[in-house]
Amino acid sequence: MSNVPALEIHELRKIYATGVEALKGVSLSVQPGDFFALLGPNGAGKSTLIGIVSSLVNASSGSVKVFGVDIDANREAAMRLLGLVPQEVNFNFFEKPFDILCNYAGFYGIPRAEAKLRAEQELRRAQLWDKAHTMARTLSGGMKRRLMIARAMMTRPRLLILDEPTAGVDIEIRRGMWRVLKEVNAAGTTVILTTHYLEEAESLCRNLAIIDGGRIIENGPMKTLLAKLDVEGFLLDIDGGLPAELPHIEGVTLRAEDSHTLDLEMPRAMDLNGVFAGLDAAGIRVRSMRTKTNRLEELFVRLTGGKEVAA
Amino acid sequence: MSGEQRHPNLVALLTIVRREVMRILRIWGQTLVPPAITMTLYFLIFGSLIGRRIGDMGGYDYMDFIVPGLVMMSIIQNSYGNISSSFFGAKFGRHIEEMLVSPMPNWVILGGYVTGAVLRGLLVGVIVLCIAMLFTHVRIPHPLVTIATVLLGATIFSLAGFVNAVYAKKFDDVAIVPTFILTPLTYLGGVFYSVRMLPDWAQTLTHANPVFYMVNAFRYGLLGTSDIPVGIAFGLMVGFVVVLGTLGLWLLKRGVGLRS
Repeated sequence: MSNVPALEIHELRKIYATGVEALKGVSLSVQPGDFFALLGPNGAGKSTLIGIVSSLVNASSGSVKVFGVDIDANREAAMRLLGLVPQEVNFNFFEKPFDILCNYAGFYGIPRAEAKLRAEQELRRAQLWDKAHTMARTLSGGMKRRLMIARAMMTRPRLLILDEPTAGVDIEIRRGMWRVLKEVNAAGTTVILTTHYLEEAESLCRNLAIIDGGRIIENGPMKTLLAKLDVEGFLLDIDGGLPAELPHIEGVTLRAEDSHTLDLEMPRAMDLNGVFAGLDAAGIRVRSMRTKTNRLEELFVRLTGGKEVAA
Repeated sequence: MSGEQRHPNLVALLTIVRREVMRILRIWGQTLVPPAITMTLYFLIFGSLIGRRIGDMGGYDYMDFIVPGLVMMSIIQNSYGNISSSFFGAKFGRHIEEMLVSPMPNWVILGGYVTGAVLRGLLVGVIVLCIAMLFTHVRIPHPLVTIATVLLGATIFSLAGFVNAVYAKKFDDVAIVPTFILTPLTYLGGVFYSVRMLPDWAQTLTHANPVFYMVNAFRYGLLGTSDIPVGIAFGLMVGFVVVLGTLGLWLLKRGVGLRS
Protein backbone atom coordinates (compact mmCIF):
# COMPACT_ATOMS: atom_id res chain seq x y z
CA MET A 1 0.00 0.00 0.00
CA SER A 2 1.26 3.50 -0.85
CA ASN A 3 2.82 5.63 1.87
CA VAL A 4 1.03 8.75 0.65
CA PRO A 5 -1.38 9.74 3.45
CA ALA A 6 -5.06 9.20 2.70
CA LEU A 7 -5.67 12.63 4.19
CA GLU A 8 -3.09 15.26 4.91
CA ILE A 9 -4.18 18.54 6.44
CA HIS A 10 -1.68 21.31 7.02
CA GLU A 11 -2.24 24.46 9.10
CA LEU A 12 -5.92 24.65 8.21
CA ARG A 13 -7.70 27.79 9.34
CA LYS A 14 -11.27 28.90 8.94
CA ILE A 15 -12.66 32.25 9.96
CA TYR A 16 -16.37 32.62 9.15
CA ALA A 17 -17.86 35.91 7.96
CA THR A 18 -19.28 36.31 11.47
CA GLY A 19 -15.70 36.49 12.78
CA VAL A 20 -15.85 33.09 14.45
CA GLU A 21 -12.52 31.29 14.11
CA ALA A 22 -13.62 27.66 13.80
CA LEU A 23 -10.22 26.20 12.96
CA LYS A 24 -6.99 27.63 14.33
CA GLY A 25 -4.28 25.93 12.33
CA VAL A 26 -5.22 22.27 12.28
CA SER A 27 -2.67 19.76 10.99
CA LEU A 28 -3.54 16.11 10.69
CA SER A 29 -2.45 13.05 8.79
CA VAL A 30 -4.47 9.87 8.28
CA GLN A 31 -2.70 6.86 6.82
CA PRO A 32 -4.15 4.72 4.02
CA GLY A 33 -6.27 1.83 5.25
CA ASP A 34 -6.75 3.38 8.68
CA PHE A 35 -10.00 3.44 10.65
CA PHE A 36 -9.69 6.86 12.24
CA ALA A 37 -11.86 8.61 14.83
CA LEU A 38 -12.23 12.37 14.91
CA LEU A 39 -13.76 13.40 18.20
CA GLY A 40 -14.57 16.64 19.90
CA PRO A 41 -17.26 18.50 21.83
CA ASN A 42 -19.96 20.58 20.17
CA GLY A 43 -18.51 23.55 18.32
CA ALA A 44 -14.99 22.09 18.36
CA GLY A 45 -14.59 22.47 14.60
CA LYS A 46 -15.19 18.91 13.37
CA SER A 47 -17.99 19.73 10.96
CA THR A 48 -16.03 22.68 9.59
CA LEU A 49 -13.02 20.41 9.09
CA ILE A 50 -15.10 17.79 7.28
CA GLY A 51 -16.84 20.54 5.30
CA ILE A 52 -13.51 21.87 4.03
CA VAL A 53 -12.20 18.40 3.13
CA SER A 54 -15.39 17.65 1.18
CA SER A 55 -15.33 21.13 -0.43
CA LEU A 56 -18.59 22.29 1.14
CA VAL A 57 -16.77 24.95 3.16
CA ASN A 58 -14.08 27.28 1.84
CA ALA A 59 -10.89 27.33 3.94
CA SER A 60 -9.40 30.66 4.98
CA SER A 61 -5.88 29.24 4.69
CA GLY A 62 -3.96 25.99 4.83
CA SER A 63 -3.97 22.96 2.60
CA VAL A 64 -5.81 19.64 2.29
CA LYS A 65 -4.57 16.71 0.25
CA VAL A 66 -6.51 13.51 -0.40
CA PHE A 67 -4.06 10.75 -1.35
CA GLY A 68 -1.60 13.47 -2.31
CA VAL A 69 -4.09 15.41 -4.46
CA ASP A 70 -4.55 19.01 -3.35
CA ILE A 71 -8.27 19.87 -3.15
CA ASP A 72 -7.63 23.46 -4.25
CA ALA A 73 -5.27 22.69 -7.12
CA ASN A 74 -7.21 19.68 -8.42
CA ARG A 75 -10.62 19.56 -6.78
CA GLU A 76 -12.15 17.23 -9.34
CA ALA A 77 -9.47 14.54 -8.94
CA ALA A 78 -9.54 14.85 -5.14
CA MET A 79 -13.33 14.54 -4.95
CA ARG A 80 -13.25 11.34 -7.02
CA LEU A 81 -11.27 9.74 -4.19
CA LEU A 82 -13.61 10.86 -1.45
CA GLY A 83 -16.97 9.65 -0.14
CA LEU A 84 -18.97 11.60 2.42
CA VAL A 85 -21.75 10.51 4.74
CA PRO A 86 -22.97 13.77 6.26
CA GLN A 87 -24.51 14.31 9.66
CA GLU A 88 -27.80 15.64 8.25
CA VAL A 89 -29.88 13.67 5.79
CA ASN A 90 -29.25 15.34 2.43
CA PHE A 91 -30.96 13.34 -0.29
CA ASN A 92 -34.14 14.24 -2.10
CA PHE A 93 -37.06 12.86 -0.09
CA PHE A 94 -39.21 12.78 -3.22
CA GLU A 95 -36.94 10.38 -5.06
CA LYS A 96 -36.60 6.63 -4.69
CA PRO A 97 -33.46 5.09 -3.14
CA PHE A 98 -32.55 3.35 -6.40
CA ASP A 99 -32.73 6.64 -8.32
CA ILE A 100 -30.88 8.53 -5.57
CA LEU A 101 -27.97 6.10 -5.86
CA CYS A 102 -27.95 6.02 -9.67
CA ASN A 103 -28.07 9.83 -9.90
CA TYR A 104 -25.29 10.18 -7.35
CA ALA A 105 -23.10 7.84 -9.40
CA GLY A 106 -24.01 9.84 -12.49
CA PHE A 107 -22.67 13.01 -10.86
CA TYR A 108 -19.32 11.20 -10.67
CA GLY A 109 -19.48 10.27 -14.35
CA ILE A 110 -20.39 6.61 -13.80
CA PRO A 111 -22.51 5.42 -16.74
CA ARG A 112 -26.14 4.55 -16.01
CA ALA A 113 -25.81 0.82 -16.74
CA GLU A 114 -22.90 0.46 -14.31
CA ALA A 115 -24.67 2.68 -11.77
CA LYS A 116 -27.72 0.41 -11.78
CA LEU A 117 -25.59 -2.66 -11.03
CA ARG A 118 -23.80 -0.89 -8.20
CA ALA A 119 -27.07 0.50 -6.80
CA GLU A 120 -28.47 -3.01 -6.45
CA GLN A 121 -25.24 -4.23 -4.77
CA GLU A 122 -25.15 -1.35 -2.30
CA LEU A 123 -28.85 -1.44 -1.49
CA ARG A 124 -28.62 -5.17 -0.83
CA ARG A 125 -25.57 -4.66 1.40
CA ALA A 126 -27.45 -1.94 3.30
CA GLN A 127 -30.46 -4.28 3.57
CA LEU A 128 -32.56 -1.73 1.70
CA TRP A 129 -33.22 -3.59 -1.55
CA ASP A 130 -36.87 -4.11 -0.64
CA LYS A 131 -37.18 -0.32 -0.31
CA ALA A 132 -35.35 0.44 -3.57
CA HIS A 133 -38.42 1.74 -5.36
CA THR A 134 -40.34 3.40 -2.53
CA MET A 135 -40.23 7.13 -1.82
CA ALA A 136 -37.21 8.02 0.32
CA ARG A 137 -39.33 10.12 2.66
CA THR A 138 -41.09 6.97 3.88
CA LEU A 139 -37.84 5.39 5.15
CA SER A 140 -37.17 5.20 8.88
CA GLY A 141 -34.31 7.18 10.46
CA GLY A 142 -32.00 4.16 10.48
CA MET A 143 -32.82 3.34 6.86
CA LYS A 144 -32.04 6.90 5.82
CA ARG A 145 -28.62 6.67 7.46
CA ARG A 146 -27.90 3.33 5.79
CA LEU A 147 -28.99 4.81 2.48
CA MET A 148 -26.45 7.60 2.87
CA ILE A 149 -23.67 5.05 3.47
CA ALA A 150 -24.82 3.07 0.42
CA ARG A 151 -24.83 6.29 -1.61
CA ALA A 152 -21.29 7.18 -0.57
CA MET A 153 -20.10 3.69 -1.52
CA MET A 154 -21.52 3.98 -5.04
CA THR A 155 -18.33 5.69 -6.23
CA ARG A 156 -16.00 3.18 -4.53
CA PRO A 157 -14.19 5.94 -2.61
CA ARG A 158 -10.66 5.37 -1.33
CA LEU A 159 -11.40 7.66 1.62
CA LEU A 160 -14.78 7.50 3.36
CA ILE A 161 -15.70 10.20 5.86
CA LEU A 162 -18.71 9.57 8.10
CA ASP A 163 -20.08 12.35 10.26
CA GLU A 164 -22.09 10.71 13.05
CA PRO A 165 -23.43 7.88 10.89
CA THR A 166 -25.13 6.05 13.75
CA ALA A 167 -26.72 9.00 15.54
CA GLY A 168 -30.22 8.21 16.69
CA VAL A 169 -30.36 4.61 15.44
CA ASP A 170 -31.06 1.64 17.66
CA ILE A 171 -28.31 -0.71 18.76
CA GLU A 172 -29.25 -3.52 16.36
CA ILE A 173 -29.07 -1.29 13.32
CA ARG A 174 -25.94 0.37 14.69
CA ARG A 175 -24.23 -3.00 14.92
CA GLY A 176 -25.28 -3.77 11.37
CA MET A 177 -23.72 -0.50 10.27
CA TRP A 178 -20.51 -1.30 12.18
CA ARG A 179 -20.32 -4.59 10.32
CA VAL A 180 -20.65 -2.82 6.96
CA LEU A 181 -18.03 -0.23 7.92
CA LYS A 182 -15.63 -2.94 9.06
CA GLU A 183 -16.13 -4.72 5.72
CA VAL A 184 -15.52 -1.50 3.82
CA ASN A 185 -12.36 -0.81 5.80
CA ALA A 186 -11.14 -4.41 5.46
CA ALA A 187 -11.54 -4.07 1.69
CA GLY A 188 -8.98 -1.24 1.75
CA THR A 189 -11.03 1.92 2.14
CA THR A 190 -9.67 4.42 4.64
CA VAL A 191 -12.45 5.41 7.04
CA ILE A 192 -12.68 8.57 9.13
CA LEU A 193 -15.50 8.56 11.66
CA THR A 194 -16.96 11.14 13.96
CA THR A 195 -19.34 9.87 16.57
CA HIS A 196 -20.68 10.76 19.97
CA TYR A 197 -20.82 7.08 20.91
CA LEU A 198 -17.30 6.80 22.22
CA GLU A 199 -17.55 3.06 22.69
CA GLU A 200 -18.21 2.93 18.95
CA ALA A 201 -14.97 4.82 18.23
CA GLU A 202 -13.07 2.64 20.72
CA SER A 203 -14.28 -0.60 19.19
CA LEU A 204 -13.93 0.40 15.54
CA CYS A 205 -11.03 2.83 15.26
CA ARG A 206 -7.28 2.24 15.44
CA ASN A 207 -6.22 5.89 15.59
CA LEU A 208 -7.90 9.02 16.77
CA ALA A 209 -7.64 12.77 17.02
CA ILE A 210 -9.47 14.93 19.51
CA ILE A 211 -10.25 18.45 18.42
CA ASP A 212 -11.31 21.20 20.79
CA GLY A 213 -11.60 24.93 20.28
CA GLY A 214 -10.43 24.64 16.69
CA ARG A 215 -7.19 22.87 17.61
CA ILE A 216 -6.10 19.23 17.68
CA ILE A 217 -5.38 18.53 21.34
CA GLU A 218 -4.58 14.83 21.02
CA ASN A 219 -3.67 12.63 18.11
CA GLY A 220 -2.31 9.11 17.93
CA PRO A 221 -3.04 5.39 18.17
CA MET A 222 -6.08 4.50 20.26
CA LYS A 223 -4.09 2.07 22.43
CA THR A 224 -1.35 4.62 23.17
CA LEU A 225 -3.84 7.28 24.12
CA LEU A 226 -5.91 4.99 26.30
CA ALA A 227 -2.73 3.85 28.03
CA LYS A 228 -2.25 7.44 29.16
CA LEU A 229 -5.22 7.02 31.44
CA ASP A 230 -3.79 6.50 34.90
CA VAL A 231 -7.13 6.00 36.62
CA GLU A 232 -9.83 3.39 36.20
CA GLY A 233 -13.38 3.55 37.51
CA PHE A 234 -15.72 0.79 38.65
CA LEU A 235 -19.20 0.50 40.10
CA LEU A 236 -19.54 -2.16 42.82
CA ASP A 237 -22.87 -3.74 43.79
CA ILE A 238 -22.82 -4.31 47.52
CA ASP A 239 -24.55 -7.11 49.46
CA GLY A 240 -26.48 -5.92 52.51
CA GLY A 241 -25.90 -2.22 52.03
CA LEU A 242 -23.05 0.18 52.74
CA PRO A 243 -21.88 1.31 56.19
CA ALA A 244 -22.47 4.92 57.22
CA GLU A 245 -18.75 5.64 56.99
CA LEU A 246 -16.72 4.34 54.07
CA PRO A 247 -13.24 2.89 54.76
CA HIS A 248 -10.05 4.70 53.78
CA ILE A 249 -7.96 2.71 51.30
CA GLU A 250 -4.68 4.30 50.24
CA GLY A 251 -4.83 5.69 46.66
CA VAL A 252 -8.48 4.77 46.18
CA THR A 253 -11.43 7.15 46.01
CA LEU A 254 -14.71 5.70 47.27
CA ARG A 255 -18.11 7.33 47.00
CA ALA A 256 -21.56 5.92 47.74
CA GLU A 257 -23.69 6.07 44.59
CA ASP A 258 -26.67 4.83 46.64
CA SER A 259 -27.09 2.53 49.65
CA HIS A 260 -26.11 -0.57 47.60
CA THR A 261 -23.72 0.86 44.99
CA LEU A 262 -20.16 2.00 45.50
CA ASP A 263 -18.31 4.24 43.04
CA LEU A 264 -14.61 3.34 43.01
CA GLU A 265 -11.69 5.12 41.33
CA MET A 266 -8.18 3.68 41.55
CA PRO A 267 -4.80 3.97 39.82
CA ARG A 268 -4.45 1.62 36.84
CA ALA A 269 -1.26 0.18 38.31
CA MET A 270 -2.95 -0.74 41.60
CA ASP A 271 -3.85 -4.32 42.47
CA LEU A 272 -7.59 -4.98 42.81
CA ASN A 273 -6.94 -7.63 45.46
CA GLY A 274 -5.72 -4.96 47.86
CA VAL A 275 -8.87 -2.94 47.30
CA PHE A 276 -11.11 -5.94 47.94
CA ALA A 277 -9.15 -6.79 51.08
CA GLY A 278 -9.72 -3.26 52.38
CA LEU A 279 -13.44 -3.43 51.63
CA ASP A 280 -13.70 -6.88 53.21
CA ALA A 281 -12.03 -5.59 56.36
CA ALA A 282 -14.68 -2.86 56.57
CA GLY A 283 -17.45 -5.44 56.30
CA ILE A 284 -18.36 -4.50 52.75
CA ARG A 285 -19.20 -7.55 50.63
CA VAL A 286 -19.01 -7.03 46.87
CA ARG A 287 -21.59 -9.03 44.91
CA SER A 288 -20.63 -7.84 41.43
CA MET A 289 -18.73 -5.08 39.67
CA ARG A 290 -18.78 -3.29 36.31
CA THR A 291 -16.66 -0.71 34.52
CA LYS A 292 -17.98 2.71 35.45
CA THR A 293 -17.37 4.49 32.15
CA ASN A 294 -16.05 3.82 28.75
CA ARG A 295 -12.28 4.37 28.81
CA LEU A 296 -12.29 6.61 25.77
CA GLU A 297 -15.03 8.70 27.30
CA GLU A 298 -12.89 9.17 30.37
CA LEU A 299 -9.92 10.26 28.26
CA PHE A 300 -12.15 12.60 26.31
CA VAL A 301 -13.60 14.21 29.40
CA ARG A 302 -10.17 14.71 30.92
CA LEU A 303 -8.77 16.29 27.74
CA THR A 304 -11.70 18.55 26.99
CA GLY A 305 -12.37 19.58 30.55
CA GLY A 306 -15.69 17.76 30.80
CA LYS A 307 -17.43 19.33 27.82
CA GLU A 308 -20.39 17.51 26.34
CA VAL A 309 -19.30 14.66 24.14
CA ALA A 310 -20.63 15.15 20.66
CA ALA A 311 -19.46 14.88 17.13
CA MET B 1 -14.93 2.12 -24.04
CA SER B 2 -18.27 3.85 -24.50
CA GLY B 3 -18.64 7.56 -25.16
CA GLU B 4 -20.10 8.03 -21.67
CA GLN B 5 -17.06 6.47 -20.00
CA ARG B 6 -14.76 8.73 -21.97
CA HIS B 7 -16.79 11.79 -20.99
CA PRO B 8 -17.72 11.70 -17.30
CA ASN B 9 -18.87 15.32 -17.51
CA LEU B 10 -21.34 14.37 -20.22
CA VAL B 11 -22.69 11.59 -18.00
CA ALA B 12 -23.03 14.06 -15.13
CA LEU B 13 -24.76 16.63 -17.34
CA LEU B 14 -27.22 14.06 -18.66
CA THR B 15 -27.87 12.85 -15.12
CA ILE B 16 -28.96 16.32 -14.01
CA VAL B 17 -31.06 16.79 -17.15
CA ARG B 18 -32.70 13.40 -16.66
CA ARG B 19 -33.45 14.21 -13.03
CA GLU B 20 -34.95 17.56 -13.99
CA VAL B 21 -37.10 16.05 -16.74
CA MET B 22 -38.30 13.30 -14.39
CA ARG B 23 -39.22 15.98 -11.87
CA ILE B 24 -41.17 17.95 -14.51
CA LEU B 25 -43.07 14.83 -15.55
CA ARG B 26 -43.57 13.59 -11.97
CA ILE B 27 -45.31 16.81 -10.94
CA TRP B 28 -46.98 17.46 -14.30
CA GLY B 29 -50.01 18.83 -12.50
CA GLN B 30 -47.86 21.72 -11.30
CA THR B 31 -45.51 22.08 -14.26
CA LEU B 32 -47.50 21.44 -17.44
CA VAL B 33 -51.21 21.79 -16.72
CA PRO B 34 -51.37 25.31 -15.17
CA PRO B 35 -49.79 27.12 -18.15
CA ALA B 36 -52.12 25.23 -20.49
CA ILE B 37 -55.19 26.36 -18.51
CA THR B 38 -53.96 29.95 -18.09
CA MET B 39 -53.13 30.35 -21.77
CA THR B 40 -56.42 28.80 -22.87
CA LEU B 41 -58.17 31.49 -20.81
CA TYR B 42 -55.95 34.21 -22.33
CA PHE B 43 -56.77 33.03 -25.84
CA LEU B 44 -60.46 32.74 -25.00
CA ILE B 45 -60.91 36.06 -23.20
CA PHE B 46 -58.30 38.40 -24.70
CA GLY B 47 -57.99 36.80 -28.11
CA SER B 48 -61.46 35.59 -28.91
CA LEU B 49 -63.92 37.70 -26.85
CA ILE B 50 -62.17 41.07 -26.36
CA GLY B 51 -59.94 40.67 -29.40
CA ARG B 52 -62.92 40.80 -31.78
CA ARG B 53 -63.75 44.30 -30.54
CA ILE B 54 -60.10 45.46 -30.75
CA GLY B 55 -59.77 44.61 -34.42
CA ASP B 56 -56.32 44.70 -36.05
CA MET B 57 -53.03 45.15 -34.20
CA GLY B 58 -49.90 45.89 -36.21
CA GLY B 59 -51.73 44.82 -39.36
CA TYR B 60 -52.79 41.43 -37.94
CA ASP B 61 -55.91 40.02 -36.40
CA TYR B 62 -55.57 40.57 -32.63
CA MET B 63 -55.65 36.84 -31.89
CA ASP B 64 -52.81 36.25 -34.36
CA PHE B 65 -50.91 39.17 -32.83
CA ILE B 66 -51.01 37.92 -29.26
CA VAL B 67 -50.21 34.26 -30.00
CA PRO B 68 -46.41 34.77 -30.27
CA GLY B 69 -46.35 36.90 -27.13
CA LEU B 70 -48.38 34.43 -25.09
CA VAL B 71 -46.28 31.47 -26.23
CA MET B 72 -43.10 33.37 -25.38
CA MET B 73 -44.56 34.45 -22.04
CA SER B 74 -45.25 30.80 -21.15
CA ILE B 75 -41.74 29.77 -22.14
CA ILE B 76 -40.14 32.57 -20.11
CA GLN B 77 -42.22 32.03 -17.00
CA ASN B 78 -41.84 28.27 -16.99
CA SER B 79 -38.10 28.25 -17.68
CA TYR B 80 -37.60 30.74 -14.88
CA GLY B 81 -39.96 28.98 -12.50
CA ASN B 82 -38.46 25.56 -13.14
CA ILE B 83 -34.89 26.40 -12.31
CA SER B 84 -35.64 28.76 -9.44
CA SER B 85 -37.89 26.26 -7.65
CA SER B 86 -35.80 23.20 -8.46
CA PHE B 87 -32.42 24.67 -7.57
CA PHE B 88 -33.72 26.43 -4.47
CA GLY B 89 -35.53 23.21 -3.47
CA ALA B 90 -32.20 21.38 -3.76
CA LYS B 91 -30.58 24.03 -1.59
CA PHE B 92 -33.41 23.97 0.94
CA GLY B 93 -33.46 20.14 1.09
CA ARG B 94 -29.65 20.14 1.12
CA HIS B 95 -29.44 17.59 -1.70
CA ILE B 96 -27.49 20.21 -3.65
CA GLU B 97 -24.62 18.91 -1.51
CA GLU B 98 -24.68 15.69 -3.55
CA MET B 99 -23.47 17.79 -6.47
CA LEU B 100 -21.20 20.13 -4.57
CA VAL B 101 -19.11 17.25 -3.15
CA SER B 102 -18.93 15.52 -6.52
CA PRO B 103 -16.12 16.10 -9.04
CA MET B 104 -18.55 17.83 -11.42
CA PRO B 105 -17.24 21.15 -12.70
CA ASN B 106 -19.47 24.17 -12.14
CA TRP B 107 -20.38 24.49 -15.82
CA VAL B 108 -21.92 21.02 -15.72
CA ILE B 109 -24.13 21.92 -12.74
CA LEU B 110 -25.23 25.16 -14.39
CA GLY B 111 -25.61 23.54 -17.81
CA GLY B 112 -27.66 20.64 -16.44
CA TYR B 113 -30.12 22.84 -14.59
CA VAL B 114 -30.42 25.31 -17.49
CA THR B 115 -31.00 22.50 -19.98
CA GLY B 116 -33.73 21.06 -17.75
CA ALA B 117 -35.40 24.46 -17.46
CA VAL B 118 -35.14 25.13 -21.20
CA LEU B 119 -36.74 21.73 -21.87
CA ARG B 120 -39.67 22.61 -19.64
CA GLY B 121 -39.98 25.95 -21.45
CA LEU B 122 -40.00 24.13 -24.79
CA LEU B 123 -42.51 21.57 -23.60
CA VAL B 124 -44.87 24.25 -22.31
CA GLY B 125 -44.29 26.33 -25.46
CA VAL B 126 -45.34 23.40 -27.67
CA ILE B 127 -48.43 22.79 -25.51
CA VAL B 128 -49.45 26.46 -25.68
CA LEU B 129 -48.80 26.58 -29.42
CA CYS B 130 -51.04 23.55 -29.89
CA ILE B 131 -53.77 25.28 -27.86
CA ALA B 132 -53.33 28.41 -30.02
CA MET B 133 -54.02 26.26 -33.07
CA LEU B 134 -57.52 25.64 -31.69
CA PHE B 135 -58.21 29.38 -31.91
CA THR B 136 -56.33 30.48 -35.02
CA HIS B 137 -54.29 29.26 -37.95
CA VAL B 138 -50.66 29.24 -36.79
CA ARG B 139 -47.99 29.48 -39.48
CA ILE B 140 -44.26 29.55 -38.94
CA PRO B 141 -42.73 31.45 -41.86
CA HIS B 142 -39.31 31.75 -40.20
CA PRO B 143 -38.76 28.48 -38.32
CA LEU B 144 -35.07 29.04 -37.59
CA VAL B 145 -35.75 32.47 -36.09
CA THR B 146 -38.58 30.94 -34.08
CA ILE B 147 -36.47 28.09 -32.70
CA ALA B 148 -33.45 30.30 -32.01
CA THR B 149 -35.64 32.84 -30.17
CA VAL B 150 -37.25 30.14 -28.05
CA LEU B 151 -33.88 28.65 -27.11
CA LEU B 152 -32.27 31.99 -26.35
CA GLY B 153 -35.29 33.33 -24.44
CA ALA B 154 -35.62 30.17 -22.37
CA THR B 155 -31.87 30.16 -21.68
CA ILE B 156 -31.85 33.80 -20.58
CA PHE B 157 -34.66 33.30 -18.10
CA SER B 158 -33.32 29.97 -16.92
CA LEU B 159 -30.05 31.69 -16.08
CA ALA B 160 -31.93 34.55 -14.40
CA GLY B 161 -33.92 31.99 -12.38
CA PHE B 162 -30.70 30.30 -11.38
CA VAL B 163 -29.24 33.56 -10.07
CA ASN B 164 -32.47 34.15 -8.14
CA ALA B 165 -32.28 30.66 -6.60
CA VAL B 166 -28.63 31.10 -5.62
CA TYR B 167 -29.38 34.27 -3.67
CA ALA B 168 -32.73 33.06 -2.27
CA LYS B 169 -32.74 32.20 1.41
CA LYS B 170 -36.42 31.33 1.74
CA PHE B 171 -39.27 30.36 -0.57
CA ASP B 172 -40.59 33.92 -0.52
CA ASP B 173 -37.38 35.09 -2.20
CA VAL B 174 -38.11 32.76 -5.11
CA ALA B 175 -41.72 33.98 -5.42
CA ILE B 176 -41.00 37.72 -5.17
CA VAL B 177 -39.02 38.08 -8.40
CA PRO B 178 -41.64 36.51 -10.71
CA THR B 179 -44.40 38.54 -9.07
CA PHE B 180 -42.75 41.93 -8.92
CA ILE B 181 -40.26 41.81 -11.78
CA LEU B 182 -40.93 39.02 -14.27
CA THR B 183 -44.70 39.54 -14.65
CA PRO B 184 -44.48 43.34 -15.15
CA LEU B 185 -41.61 42.90 -17.64
CA THR B 186 -43.63 40.34 -19.56
CA TYR B 187 -46.86 42.36 -19.65
CA LEU B 188 -44.97 45.54 -20.59
CA GLY B 189 -42.85 43.72 -23.17
CA GLY B 190 -45.37 44.01 -25.99
CA VAL B 191 -47.22 40.74 -25.53
CA PHE B 192 -50.67 42.33 -25.86
CA TYR B 193 -49.90 45.49 -27.85
CA SER B 194 -47.56 46.95 -30.40
CA VAL B 195 -44.95 49.23 -28.86
CA ARG B 196 -45.80 51.77 -31.58
CA MET B 197 -49.05 52.46 -29.71
CA LEU B 198 -47.12 53.88 -26.78
CA PRO B 199 -45.99 57.50 -26.28
CA ASP B 200 -42.35 58.19 -27.17
CA TRP B 201 -41.04 58.06 -23.61
CA ALA B 202 -42.75 54.71 -22.98
CA GLN B 203 -41.37 53.32 -26.25
CA THR B 204 -37.86 54.36 -25.17
CA LEU B 205 -38.38 52.77 -21.77
CA THR B 206 -39.64 49.56 -23.35
CA HIS B 207 -36.31 49.18 -25.14
CA ALA B 208 -34.70 48.50 -21.74
CA ASN B 209 -36.97 45.47 -21.27
CA PRO B 210 -35.33 42.19 -22.38
CA VAL B 211 -38.73 40.52 -22.83
CA PHE B 212 -39.57 43.08 -25.52
CA TYR B 213 -36.77 41.75 -27.78
CA MET B 214 -37.76 38.14 -27.27
CA VAL B 215 -41.44 38.73 -27.96
CA ASN B 216 -40.66 40.70 -31.10
CA ALA B 217 -38.11 38.21 -32.41
CA PHE B 218 -40.61 35.42 -31.80
CA ARG B 219 -43.40 37.43 -33.43
CA TYR B 220 -41.14 37.85 -36.43
CA GLY B 221 -40.67 34.09 -36.53
CA LEU B 222 -44.42 33.42 -36.49
CA LEU B 223 -45.85 36.45 -38.27
CA GLY B 224 -42.93 37.98 -40.15
CA THR B 225 -43.36 41.34 -38.37
CA SER B 226 -41.48 42.99 -35.50
CA ASP B 227 -41.31 46.37 -33.77
CA ILE B 228 -37.50 46.22 -33.93
CA PRO B 229 -34.84 44.80 -36.27
CA VAL B 230 -34.46 41.08 -35.52
CA GLY B 231 -30.66 41.31 -35.71
CA ILE B 232 -30.59 43.74 -32.79
CA ALA B 233 -32.92 41.47 -30.81
CA PHE B 234 -30.62 38.49 -31.36
CA GLY B 235 -27.50 40.48 -30.53
CA LEU B 236 -29.01 41.59 -27.23
CA MET B 237 -30.31 38.12 -26.39
CA VAL B 238 -26.88 36.58 -26.95
CA GLY B 239 -25.43 39.35 -24.79
CA PHE B 240 -27.87 38.53 -21.98
CA VAL B 241 -26.92 34.84 -22.19
CA VAL B 242 -23.22 35.65 -21.95
CA VAL B 243 -23.62 38.06 -19.04
CA LEU B 244 -26.01 35.89 -17.02
CA GLY B 245 -24.07 32.70 -17.80
CA THR B 246 -20.84 34.31 -16.62
CA LEU B 247 -22.61 35.54 -13.48
CA GLY B 248 -24.00 32.06 -12.80
CA LEU B 249 -20.56 30.44 -13.12
CA TRP B 250 -18.98 33.11 -10.95
CA LEU B 251 -21.59 32.56 -8.23
CA LEU B 252 -20.91 28.81 -8.29
CA LYS B 253 -17.15 29.34 -8.20
CA ARG B 254 -17.46 31.67 -5.22
CA GLY B 255 -20.01 29.34 -3.65
CA VAL B 256 -22.37 32.23 -2.95
CA GLY B 257 -25.33 30.91 -0.97
CA LEU B 258 -23.94 27.38 -1.30
CA ARG B 259 -20.58 27.10 0.42
CA SER B 260 -19.80 28.85 3.69
